[in-house]
Amino acid sequence: MVVSALLFGIGVYGLVTKRNAMRLLFAVELMINAANLNFVAFNQYLPYQEASNAVGQTVVLFSIALAAAEAAVILAIVIVAYRLHNDIDMSEMKTLEG
Amino acid sequence: MAVVTVGGAIVSLEAKELVYGAIGLAGSLFGVATLFFLLNAPYVAVFQLAVYIGAVAVLILFTVMLVRQEGWAKEVRPKSTMSVAGVIAAVAVILTLTFAVLATDLSRYTVVANTATYVDVGRLISTGYAPVLEVLALVLAASIVGALALSRVDREGDPS
Repeated sequence: MVVSALLFGIGVYGLVTKRNAMRLLFAVELMINAANLNFVAFNQYLPYQEASNAVGQTVVLFSIALAAAEAAVILAIVIVAYRLHNDIDMSEMKTLEG
Repeated sequence: MAVVTVGGAIVSLEAKELVYGAIGLAGSLFGVATLFFLLNAPYVAVFQLAVYIGAVAVLILFTVMLVRQEGWAKEVRPKSTMSVAGVIAAVAVILTLTFAVLATDLSRYTVVANTATYVDVGRLISTGYAPVLEVLALVLAASIVGALALSRVDREGDPS
């Protein structure tokens, strides 16, 4: 869980300081992984009942699938932005008009 | 494994070349997968390997190499005030979360020896969480369609 805290902190640092769209994606992925790690770690402390301590692992499975979908959409947006601007610096992306 | 995870995370954000950053991210995700193994969650670990290392990391590498050109490498250095703010925020978050975990009396509880197997996970997915699974399938399909529609090349004279 300390590892998860470290991972989340690094993600926050990246999200605050970087201005490159790909670096922002890396930071978001790191934070999602930190949250998943916490789910699985805390799941071990659940009292054992019939199938009840699979809940954390199930939630993590859904979370991973969601993160994959999100990454696909972000990468498509990055490609489109690069084609339009020849640049993926987020601070220069002031317009949202295509 | 913790060292691999955290080190990969730092490399992914601080590497000069973006390709090395992507490889660092893949290393970090691999470290997380091995941590899942160590936490008695082999099904989640294999899922993480398949989805993240197999799909997302390859997708990111593909995009990085597709988009990379000369102007790409010169990454704008962030302002030093933003950098300091980032470090302060990160240290604050890390300290808060770490002390919050250490302050709990979790260590009094014993880790359940007989943790869930993939049979339990599968049973839970296909019964109680079946609506979530359906919605998630819809979200995945919608995101794939959205990504395709976004990255479609508009040809000249195409009525669109």
